[in-house]
Amino acid sequence: MAPPAVVARGLTKRFGDLTAVDGIDVTVAAGETFAFLGANGAGKTSAMRMIATVSPVTDGELSVLGLDPHHDGQVIRSRLGVVPQEDNLDLELTVRENLLVYGLYHGLPRTVIAHRIDDLLAFAQLEDKADAEVDALSGGMKRRLTIARALINEPDLVILDEPTTGLDPQARHVLWDRLHELRSRGVTLLLTTHYMDEAEQLADRLVVMDHGRIIAEGSPTDLIVEHVTREVLEVRFGTARQAESSDRLVALDLPEVESVEQLAERAIVYTRDAEATLDALGDHGLVPRGHLTRRATLEDVFLRLTGRQLVD
Amino acid sequence: MSVASDVGTGPGGPGPTRRRHPAVRVLAAEIIGFRRNWRGWIMSSLGNPIAFLAAMGVGLGSLVDSGGGSATLDVEYVTFVASGLLAASAMQNGFGEGAWPVMAGLKWRRNFEAMMATPVRPRDLLAGRLLWGVVNFTGNLVAFAVVAMLFGALEPGPALMGILPALLTGIAFEAVATGYTASLGSDTGLTNAYRFAIMPLFLFSGTFFPIAQLPGVLQAVAVATPLYHGVELTRKLVLPGAAPPTVSAMPAWVHVGYLVVMLAAGWWWAARRLRGRLYA
Ligand SMILES: Nc1ncnc2c1ncn2[C@@H]1O[C@H](COP(=O)(O)OP(=O)(O)O)[C@@H](O)[C@H]1O
Ligand SMILES: [Mg+2]
Repeated sequence: MAPPAVVARGLTKRFGDLTAVDGIDVTVAAGETFAFLGANGAGKTSAMRMIATVSPVTDGELSVLGLDPHHDGQVIRSRLGVVPQEDNLDLELTVRENLLVYGLYHGLPRTVIAHRIDDLLAFAQLEDKADAEVDALSGGMKRRLTIARALINEPDLVILDEPTTGLDPQARHVLWDRLHELRSRGVTLLLTTHYMDEAEQLADRLVVMDHGRIIAEGSPTDLIVEHVTREVLEVRFGTARQAESSDRLVALDLPEVESVEQLAERAIVYTRDAEATLDALGDHGLVPRGHLTRRATLEDVFLRLTGRQLVD
Repeated sequence: MSVASDVGTGPGGPGPTRRRHPAVRVLAAEIIGFRRNWRGWIMSSLGNPIAFLAAMGVGLGSLVDSGGGSATLDVEYVTFVASGLLAASAMQNGFGEGAWPVMAGLKWRRNFEAMMATPVRPRDLLAGRLLWGVVNFTGNLVAFAVVAMLFGALEPGPALMGILPALLTGIAFEAVATGYTASLGSDTGLTNAYRFAIMPLFLFSGTFFPIAQLPGVLQAVAVATPLYHGVELTRKLVLPGAAPPTVSAMPAWVHVGYLVVMLAAGWWWAARRLRGRLYA
């Protein structure tokens, strides 16, 4: 049985007075897809960089692929694929040369690299672009190339820092599809995101990170069951009446309502029965201008835990 | 050293693989990048020596040789300048390699950051870049020597002798420039270093005239600067029979020692700065 891909205990990163990662405990099993969900500045990148062995651990314990990042960084990195938050493809090289150069850095023989490049170009759906300048690629293509590049050494663990941030919906879906394929091949994926749909789509398990700490952990479904009701009712009363109306809504203390998040433009009502709640509001003269009933998402979990929205 | 075991042998991987030192892998990658720039490289490797030797050596040289110069120098002026320029051009190239590509690697092109996700460490990156410097500057110097021979400034034997000391000068400058660049936030520091350090060294370290021509205080300053030692060492090897003031009165080992210490100190500093930048 392979050791866990990552084990962190009290893992901490400080930059001067600022604590970016504040004593997190995480275990990522081999073969699992694990996500760090958190808003900007939560400390996701800082955590990923420590795991990628390019950022010294300030405090706590960390093992990656069963090895110590401080002593075995080179060996760990030879078995790691890294997709950084911002693409750092070499714009002076072609698509193929970017892959070749990475294979060389990994010390692979050129014949092996040549084979893998063909496979990876197919995987990343970039065969037509093999000899194109990287500069000429779209954002989604660049991202796929960065992922392909991270796979040149056939890594056991792939770290993806916000793989789809800045991509249009279609490019995101293509990318998710590629990640699903990697997953089905048994590669351990560790990703960060501030999109709840991404975490829901991809992750077997995730942690919610806020201000350097882990505030919740579990599978997407577990987290939703644990922290919010299954159904959600969103009501809008219009800007002028919103605050007052949602105060009244809270004061009603309806039996099926578990809790209410009051936002500037809407109130989010966590309820066991959205239709019944809407009817009850009408009975009390609180008819919203607009409403929406929907399934609860991880976004709601985040909102409930922190009182803030993930993406503003 | 853990280099022997740092190759991913994932499923489907081949049997035993040849494992080159990570610094050699960096060199191989540099060569791939260079393949796209070789035309420009040839142009400047040949163009610069042609321009300098034509203007300084032949143009200015005829004036110097027909004036008081021939009384001071043991050799024709064009030969004197060509031997000095070997080292001075290596300094320029060394500074150039340690400056802009390093700033780009850290900030613009960010290929250094990309490298750090592989088994390549900051020290391998540095060693690989210096190794690339050796290859690159040797090419530059050979081109220079060929041009100098065509101008009749140097005989093939002496020209060949000048390559090694000039190369040492270039690498020492590259190492120090790399350390300096890695401690900068922006490239204004590089432009300033070029303007206020490299240009004065180029003009006043004995490349174009013996430093004996300088006022006493400035002579002492010139003797303390690195290019002086590069120029004098190179000229001693290119012009074995020459006497002061054509060459320095110091023994060659002083010049070698100066440059070796500079290279070692620059290497150490650059390794430290690069590690600090890349492993934050
Ligand atoms: N190299 C650094 N030096 C100083 N502060 C940093 C550095 N990297 C990140 N930080 C700070 O650490 C905190 C967490 O940042 P980061 O890990 O990038 O979060 P996330 O990836 O979740 O957006 C932020 O406040 C950020 O400004
Ligand atoms: Mg980040």
